[in-house]
Amino acid sequence: MQKFQGVDYYNFDSLLSEEEILVRNAVRDYVEDNIIPVIEEHNQNCTFPMEVIPEIAELGVFGANLPEKYGCANLNNVAYGLIMQELERGDSGLRSFVSVQGALVMYPIFSYGSEKQKDYWLPKLAAGTAIGCFGLTEPDFGSNPGGMITRAVKDGDSYILNGAKMWITNGTIADVAVVWAKLDGVVRGFLVEKGTPGYSAPEQKGKFSLRASITSELIFQDCRIPAENILPNVAGLPGPLKCLTQARYGISWGVIGSMMACYDSALNYSKTRIQFDKPIASFQLIQNKLAEMITEITKAQFITLQLGRLKDAGKMNHQQVSLAKRNNCKEALNIARVARDMLGANGITDEYPVIRHMCNLESVKTYEGTEDIHALAIGADITGIQAFR
Amino acid sequence: MEIIVCVKHVPDTASRIKINSDGNGIDTSDISFVLNPYDEIAVEEALKLKEAQGGKVTVVTLGADNSVSSLRTALAMGADSAIHLKSDNWTGDSYATAKALADEIGKNSYDLVLFGKQAVDDDSSAVPQMVGEFLGVPSVSVVVGLEIDGSNGKAEREVEGGKEIVEFSLPAVISAQKGLNEPRYPNMRGIMQAKRKPVNTVEVGVADSKSTVSQMEMPPARSAGKIVADVSELIDCLKNEAKVI
Ligand SMILES: Cc1cc2nc3c(=O)[nH]c(=O)nc-3n(C[C@H](O)[C@H](O)[C@H](O)COP(=O)(O)OP(=O)(O)OC[C@H]3O[C@@H](n4cnc5c(N)ncnc54)[C@H](O)[C@@H]3O)c2cc1C
Repeated sequence: MQKFQGVDYYNFDSLLSEEEILVRNAVRDYVEDNIIPVIEEHNQNCTFPMEVIPEIAELGVFGANLPEKYGCANLNNVAYGLIMQELERGDSGLRSFVSVQGALVMYPIFSYGSEKQKDYWLPKLAAGTAIGCFGLTEPDFGSNPGGMITRAVKDGDSYILNGAKMWITNGTIADVAVVWAKLDGVVRGFLVEKGTPGYSAPEQKGKFSLRASITSELIFQDCRIPAENILPNVAGLPGPLKCLTQARYGISWGVIGSMMACYDSALNYSKTRIQFDKPIASFQLIQNKLAEMITEITKAQFITLQLGRLKDAGKMNHQQVSLAKRNNCKEALNIARVARDMLGANGITDEYPVIRHMCNLESVKTYEGTEDIHALAIGADITGIQAFR
Repeated sequence: MEIIVCVKHVPDTASRIKINSDGNGIDTSDISFVLNPYDEIAVEEALKLKEAQGGKVTVVTLGADNSVSSLRTALAMGADSAIHLKSDNWTGDSYATAKALADEIGKNSYDLVLFGKQAVDDDSSAVPQMVGEFLGVPSVSVVVGLEIDGSNGKAEREVEGGKEIVEFSLPAVISAQKGLNEPRYPNMRGIMQAKRKPVNTVEVGVADSKSTVSQMEMPPARSAGKIVADVSELIDCLKNEAKVI
């Protein structure tokens, strides 16, 4: 198979720095050599490739935009985004793992944690010797997390947690869970360690999507944690929502990787698949599909690059992230579906990455805010009228 | 141990190559360049020796301004410093390249000079040995195993149907073959640190080229295969069309 050459129709690379390109190429090569050969089997077996954790930690992808003091690389946000893109070209499950670890576990500890929490957890999470998960969603509260039922009650020098979280990426394998629960009616963040009595994290089975990623329930039954495990510097729903902004930013880049994988497959396939004595790429209907794909990829690249430049300049707002997350997930899923179609029967097999990406993107479109919810966030911003309830 | 690694900035082997309008080189406008894959092996070997025995790794390239990005890749992998040799009249001739590299290397102290066994652009496989000659030190080419013990080295080479063990004294020139090691990926911290590592640019005049490329041609397009109905037709084709039996 030909080595993946990237998708760059508009000389996008000319807008990247030398170091951004180095970052992208290093992760691209790693994924090409180590993820793509094994991912279909993990996807079939519904397992996360645990063996790659030390390798990707060594590569430096966990919390890559956080300071060097904690063992991180202190990359800018565009380089960080390019990492997400390349990981997700491998698989959305792999990117999800890295997003959760960096944007949803390291970021809140870094932003809201005590010095002691930061010094203890961040180096371990960066080195991949500890795995984290982020528990916000509950069985009855998804798009509306503010309604959460999980409660914390102060008892001497402990908090006691009761409630349940659902759809939590990495839950079963996490050494530390960042759990959002209401304390006296206010959403607060707590660090719950694996093995704490009253805490369990059974894996959720039966997924057709994001199969190479572990998804779990988190159950708290009179789970007693030390009072020092509260995140001291955050109170209220904006706390977890700011984490989601970080993760959604990464997803916006990530799904460009899925788009590239599907486009690349469809392009190569259509040039070699002969029907009616010609490569199917010679038919206008097929060319139109390819033209649509490269157009959407190019648009997504520029929206997302500018989003990254705004983030690096400290000028990005969360509605802009909603726009990129919503658009890119929607278009990635469209591209995956069309690519699936272009591959005919081969499109439903694991000989090609397309249907895996297509199924994965159903999750990626849903988690971290559905298409509808992001439309409402943009709508509220441009009209000044909240339409959530 | 002072280790110098010579590296070349070459077109990515996955790039689609086009001949330039003069017909004597390739059109570089649309292709991406990378650190020569065999040189990655040389850089990796240098880093492993440094990690095991201490020392310093310097990477050197002779090339245009854009070749600094290959130096940066080597620095991101873990090399300590870099030298960029710039020249106005360099055409890529192996003799002139080797002379310029040897002149620069000779100004530095070194125990070992590492190369990839060939650059994947012109595939000449000539420069490492010539540098060894110019420097007047032992050189061992196409190495798949390397041990350094004080001022002595032992290298393993692949030879037809077996292996050859070569002993030599330092300083020496070694060229690396696939199998010597698995090069590491530059990691994110390394890439950030590379920005802060020194790249020293030196203007050099290169010696007269001993050869010039007069013409380049693409390989002829492969003609379509032929599907035969049965064995007798196949034998007939092999006899009468291909004339191989
Ligand atoms: C594989 C996977 C991994 C996940 N990982 C995590 C994780 O690590 N941590 C975590 O906390 N959560 C995680 N989630 C949960 C995810 O964030 C939620 O599923 C998501 O927020 C949607 O919530 P819901 O599933 O309850 O859907 P609902 O909120 O019930 O939405 C159902 C439908 O109703 C629509 N809808 C809802 N409200 C409105 C409205 N006001 N107006 C119009 N339409 C509306 C939605 O758009 C959607 O189409 C994960 C989910 C998946 C699938």
